[in-house]
Amino acid sequence: MSLEFLLASGIGAVTATGIYLILRGRTWPVVLGLSLLGYAVNLFIFAMGRLWRDAAPILSAAGRMADPVPQALVLTAIVIGFATTGFVIELALRTRHETGSDHVDGHEPTPGHSETRDSA
Amino acid sequence: MGETLSDFFSVHLPIFPVLLPLLTAVALLLIGDNGGEASHGSPLLRWRRLISVTSATLGAALAWTLMRQADYGPLTVYALGGWQAPFGIVLVVDRLSALMLALTWTIAVPVLCYATAGWDTHGRYFHALFHFQLMGLSGAFVTGDLFNLFVFFEVLLISSYVLLLHGQGRQRFKAGLHYVILNLVASALFLIGLALIYGITGTLNMADLALRIAQLGPQEAVLLKAGAMLLLVVFGLKAAIVPLYLWLPGTYAAASAPVAALFAVMTKVGVYSIIRVHAVMLGDGASHAALAAAPWLLPIALLTTVLSVLGALAARSLARLVAYLTVASVGVILAGVGLFTPAGLSAALYYTVHSTLVIAALFLLVELVASQRGDAEDRLQPASPVAQPVLLGLMTLLGAASVAGLPPLPGFLGKVMILQSALGTPAQNWVWAVVLSAGFFTLIGLARAGSILFWGVLPPEPHTRRAGGGSSRRMLSATLGLLALSLALAVYASPLKRYTDAAAAQLADRAAYADAVLGPLGGAAAQTTRPYRGDAGEVAPPTPHNPPQTAR
Amino acid sequence: MLFALILLPLLLGTVLTGWSGSGALRPASERRRTAWLAAAITGASLGLLLAQAPAVMAGGSLRSFTPWVPEIGLNLSFALDGLSLMFALMITCIGLLIIVYAHHYLGPKDSTGKFYSTLMLFMAAMLGIVLSDNLLLLVVFWELTSISSFLLVGYWQHRADARSGARMALAVTSGGGLALLGGFVLLGQMAGTDEISQLMALAPRIQADARYPVALGLILLGCFTKSAQFPFHFWLPQAMAAPTPVSAYLHSATMVKAGIFLLARLTPVIGGTDLFMALVMTTGLATMLFAAFIALFKHDVKGLLAYSTVSHLGLITFLIGLGSPLAAVAALFHILNHASFKAALFMTAGIVDHETGTRDMRQLGGLYKSMPWMATLAMVAAAGMAGVPLFNGFVSKEMFLTEAVAFAQGGGWRWLVPAAAALAALCSVAYSVRLVHDLFFNGPARDLPQPHPHEPPLGMKAPVALLAAVCVAVGLLPALLAGPMVKVAASAMLGRAAPEFHLALWHGFNLPLLLSVLALGGGAGLYVALARGGRLHRMNSENWFGALTGLNLFTRSMDRLFSSAGHLTNKLENASLQRYQAWMLLAAVAAAAAPFWGGDAPGTGARTLLPVSLPALVLWALLLAACGWLALRHHQRFSSVVVLGAVGLATSISFIALSAPDLALTQLTVDVVSTVLLLMGLALLPQQSPHESSRRRKARDAALALAGGAGVAWLAWLMLTRDHDSIAWYFLSQSAVAGGGTNVVNVILVDFRGYDTMGEITVLGIAAIGVLALMDGMRTRRPALDVAGRAWTFAAQPLMLRVAARVLLPLALVVAFYIFMRGHNQPGGGFIAGLITAVTLVLQYMANGQSRAENLLRAQGGRRFVVWIGVGLGIAVLTGLGALVFGQPFLTSAHGQPHLPILGELPLATAALFDLGVYITVVGATLLTLSTLGNVTREPGSSAAPRLNPSPNPNPSSSPSPGRIPS
Repeated sequence: MSLEFLLASGIGAVTATGIYLILRGRTWPVVLGLSLLGYAVNLFIFAMGRLWRDAAPILSAAGRMADPVPQALVLTAIVIGFATTGFVIELALRTRHETGSDHVDGHEPTPGHSETRDSA
Repeated sequence: MGETLSDFFSVHLPIFPVLLPLLTAVALLLIGDNGGEASHGSPLLRWRRLISVTSATLGAALAWTLMRQADYGPLTVYALGGWQAPFGIVLVVDRLSALMLALTWTIAVPVLCYATAGWDTHGRYFHALFHFQLMGLSGAFVTGDLFNLFVFFEVLLISSYVLLLHGQGRQRFKAGLHYVILNLVASALFLIGLALIYGITGTLNMADLALRIAQLGPQEAVLLKAGAMLLLVVFGLKAAIVPLYLWLPGTYAAASAPVAALFAVMTKVGVYSIIRVHAVMLGDGASHAALAAAPWLLPIALLTTVLSVLGALAARSLARLVAYLTVASVGVILAGVGLFTPAGLSAALYYTVHSTLVIAALFLLVELVASQRGDAEDRLQPASPVAQPVLLGLMTLLGAASVAGLPPLPGFLGKVMILQSALGTPAQNWVWAVVLSAGFFTLIGLARAGSILFWGVLPPEPHTRRAGGGSSRRMLSATLGLLALSLALAVYASPLKRYTDAAAAQLADRAAYADAVLGPLGGAAAQTTRPYRGDAGEVAPPTPHNPPQTAR
Repeated sequence: MLFALILLPLLLGTVLTGWSGSGALRPASERRRTAWLAAAITGASLGLLLAQAPAVMAGGSLRSFTPWVPEIGLNLSFALDGLSLMFALMITCIGLLIIVYAHHYLGPKDSTGKFYSTLMLFMAAMLGIVLSDNLLLLVVFWELTSISSFLLVGYWQHRADARSGARMALAVTSGGGLALLGGFVLLGQMAGTDEISQLMALAPRIQADARYPVALGLILLGCFTKSAQFPFHFWLPQAMAAPTPVSAYLHSATMVKAGIFLLARLTPVIGGTDLFMALVMTTGLATMLFAAFIALFKHDVKGLLAYSTVSHLGLITFLIGLGSPLAAVAALFHILNHASFKAALFMTAGIVDHETGTRDMRQLGGLYKSMPWMATLAMVAAAGMAGVPLFNGFVSKEMFLTEAVAFAQGGGWRWLVPAAAALAALCSVAYSVRLVHDLFFNGPARDLPQPHPHEPPLGMKAPVALLAAVCVAVGLLPALLAGPMVKVAASAMLGRAAPEFHLALWHGFNLPLLLSVLALGGGAGLYVALARGGRLHRMNSENWFGALTGLNLFTRSMDRLFSSAGHLTNKLENASLQRYQAWMLLAAVAAAAAPFWGGDAPGTGARTLLPVSLPALVLWALLLAACGWLALRHHQRFSSVVVLGAVGLATSISFIALSAPDLALTQLTVDVVSTVLLLMGLALLPQQSPHESSRRRKARDAALALAGGAGVAWLAWLMLTRDHDSIAWYFLSQSAVAGGGTNVVNVILVDFRGYDTMGEITVLGIAAIGVLALMDGMRTRRPALDVAGRAWTFAAQPLMLRVAARVLLPLALVVAFYIFMRGHNQPGGGFIAGLITAVTLVLQYMANGQSRAENLLRAQGGRRFVVWIGVGLGIAVLTGLGALVFGQPFLTSAHGQPHLPILGELPLATAALFDLGVYITVVGATLLTLSTLGNVTREPGSSAAPRLNPSPNPNPSSSPSPGRIPS
């Protein structure tokens, strides 16, 4: 049992949940799933710097420092994730407003089979 | 003064295609745009259009200058912030990037002109978003840093989301939701792949990556390949290949004409990235990780072509037909790339230029035709005749013939190049069978569509909502211009082919690339990464803007 | 020079005629002008040709070469030798006649511009085929004929048969064209050149090559489809829907001869092998016999002529297949003859149609009375077709029979060949007789659409007369009139001096003569026998083969193609996002897993790992629990938002614990704002997700999820357990000295990789503006609140909160400023500061209500925030551009450490200015996103919405999820 194990398995769990929610039929769980996936991805990138205790990458008296590069990448990822989350939430709202359904395909699934094609 | 200005210009040239649209967009934001017909004919609208089109034209000029510069041979490297690669981000302009830039901007100008005929008033901030999109595309094409590629992917994606929804309407929101969600998931995959690549190699610069990858042991190579394959999926979604192309027809068919025309470039961003990462970075110089995508790319590309051509046959509207032809063209291009030979790559690049131009033109044409067919719009069913049968008919004939690869149009030349490049390779028979039969079936489908649209006409119905018969002069001329450009590729095929040959050769020369980017650190011999122990290692002298010494 | 010969009709012709006769219903004068233009241009080409003729007849040949795309071996190289001269003359001369004829044929409703310009295009293409000396160039013109014939056959676009006929002709011929292209590319590769004139010398090498059979097959496929050889003949009768001038031109004299021409042209290159002989001979023989027989039973005049054309093409193909020099001569000679009599007959058919309104020989008859002249001319041409002595057809048919007999000398099965030849000749006599008899005699016509036919205008008659004259003249004096032409053509075709031959009527009594006498007698007899009692008219060749006719097979396979394509596409592209997502995730898992198969897959690494602490363990357990809850209970939308927040919190905590304070700070602030967004959004959506996924679907998704999760976990584990190399050392060593900051992450963000940050805030700005654009025009009354009694718009709040907000605002701004300033050295920075500011401002919204807050901020419905975004981005970019002034690259930073009274040591870097841009953009973007969402639910005009408690109902089960939005 090690921190690395906890982190790796944690990332796995969040990813799995995210994927599962993304595959649901309504916009809301999909949005949640995307956020979850975002968390997982951030942690994954962060993990690429490997794990360091008490080693914030801030120059000070001699001390070991965690790899700052992944952290910088994660920050960028967080910001972009924030932007897209806001966008997709409102897109979901607008789409429901236009189509009258919050199903990802823009119409309530027909009882028989949940997959339908729209005659566009 | 004069020449100092000129070499100032030539030094900073690579960054301008990114900054110009960004500043234009900022200016357009400050001007503001409330959209709606209300702003029709308002002075602000005229200003927006003027700024937008002028800047796009300027950008096209820049792009062409860059291409001429690139054609002299040496790569142009621009170290942002003055930080030596791989520590800072660099822009690298080689023939390939310059070609894609020129292509993008050349399409942008006529498309913008087309949009100024009315589309830009059907929503807010069209011009600003259009320029953000251009910024994203340009940034993606010139960057020499893998993570920066991701950032500009996001720039071009987020603006494409909004542009796709431009004009609103039920269909657009439906398609938009699919497009956005799929691409958000893809972005997550992109980050995972990137992270893996950094975690293994410890660097993000493409040139440096190529070097580090070549040094990987077999086990590390496996991890890196995993990351690279994830990227292949991401790029595959953009480029629309099996099984990731299914979103495209509905989306492109739903987009407004100018946006769809611009999106003709979007798929090629995926192609470009595949070339950069899998044909160059993981090219056959990359020892254990070499050609990770080789066993997959070609079969997938051929399958894509087959399925999309069948889709084109099945299409019930002209827009969907053209959308499927977009996918088919990507298939053919990647078939060329998938050969992993300079000849194949060169052919693929020629085909890229051709297909992008002609498909953009066709998307504009679709709307012109649809707007003249009353309520039938672009559906493939008999309807009242179009107002300008000769003009539109001829344009459609030319565009369709070129897409189907009929001589003497560029599509034919591209097809011949692909066929020739495939000769003698193990995949020869497959490529030939698919490319030739694809051309045949495309032709059948287009002949059917054309004869329905222009021949199988009903007596004109009185209650068509056709506004004064013909389409606006501006729309027509923009479309004609784009079409003319694509046909010009037949006339100037020889110089273009020479260029793409040179581009392919340049991409194959890994050492030159390394020297250009990492020259001060020793080029191909540069040792940039160090085992990470949580400290700076031996402290290096503080010389910020010429770190070569510090790298020792 | 030669190029000009083609360019004339290609450019000048098409454009001029198109311009002159654009649109139908033009006055006769304009129609005449158009015809004259076409004639003049054709005449010019003909003149150029004749100017070269003497040199060529003397045995010379002309060449012209202009590079086009030498990289792929495609050049504008042309050659004029005997063979091409013969064809070029045929194309232009008959073209002239057709133009004259068509001028009178076309009705006042037909667009002359369209007709003549397309005709010009076609003529140019044909000239191109016969003149081009480059394989690829030849393909170019080859396909051009396909396109232009498509347009010509479909000329009467209002007629369904014309449309389908055109499409079929295009499909078959251009399909063959693709095969031809393939064959030529191969040929070029084998020979190493694409110049036809150089190929001849390389014939041995080519025929020795292993790929020769493939290339041959592809090329022959192209020729046979174009020349309507069995089994590809079926498109030709269908193409008869074209206007008769087109049929007379394309389907007798020119296009269908293109395949023949190519065979002749390439005989010295790919001919002479057994394979070649076998394929070409048998195909030709079969076609000849089969078509000649069918022709006899066609009731439509043009149908009969079409099949007879197919049969004669078969004859020529057979002769070429024989390969003997004399056979070549016979072939060329027959090409000339066939062109003359068949064109004449087609024109006659057109005239009859024109005069009587029908082409059905069961109705027609007795026309000799009404148009004796036409009848005579037609009979002459028919005699040529039948091979009656004294007419041109006789001479070439004699030679053909001679060759057939000569071939039989080989003994064995070979006697079949002359037999078949005689049989075919017999049939052709029979249908010629029928043609004449049924049209001009055989009793009076029965109920004609146009009851009173009469002699056609001179313009239509003259061309026929001319051609008929040729038939007779050549028939009488073959050696004198046709001899020289055929000689040079033959020598060009054979690539060496033509053999001694003697074109003459009389070769004395011999087997061939006997055969043709038999054919004449037998043919006449056969017709009489069949026609007795009008039996022939009641026969219908269509039903004999049932479904097995090429036509049926083709159309059915086309239908099947389209329908199956439709089915497949509907199956694949079913517009279901869930399906597409599943595909992508599956692809991702497969792609990432692929490298691990085979080879030595990496295992757990050797890095010394960190020990587990109890809090970590607890946090981990909580995280897993949260995930499990979300997977199972996500239908409870509100609670799932809360749990999601918990996961976010766990993430932030791990960041802190694992020494990434900046990440923790950022993640926290971001989560706050996103949660607000989520809750505001949730208000406008149903509070619960329906349980609608089928068990199968759940299983599929779970499998995908587990695979993905496990994969990512495994990858993370593999990475976490190995040490890594990195370029990070550089940043650690440089960020203070070169970057002027001790917070390495922040220095990377705003300096080393400031370009990324610029891109990232651009994304933020675009997203916010995108939200504004996409919500534009959306107004909805808060749906959820009627049920649960909640307002999600920012309503005015109790005094206390408002006061709190007021107090908080300046405080928060100070904090933000502090965070901002220290960012470069301590955790913080523009982004976090921006978010904090935004949050406090959002608090103002909550406290004061949307409208008041917007008034406070002068937001003008987001307009103000857009400006902020613009300004922020502007500052960032301009800061970067500042460096250019000092000759440094974009975004180069400068920094110093001025000592300020209060703040003390203040690291003042241009990076800080850049960070200011970030700050402003973030504030603007965040506020814009939030306020846009707020605006959605605001009643237009109403200054402040009714006050209601903002805490949503925790158990939505009590509140049934609202239906769709009232429209």
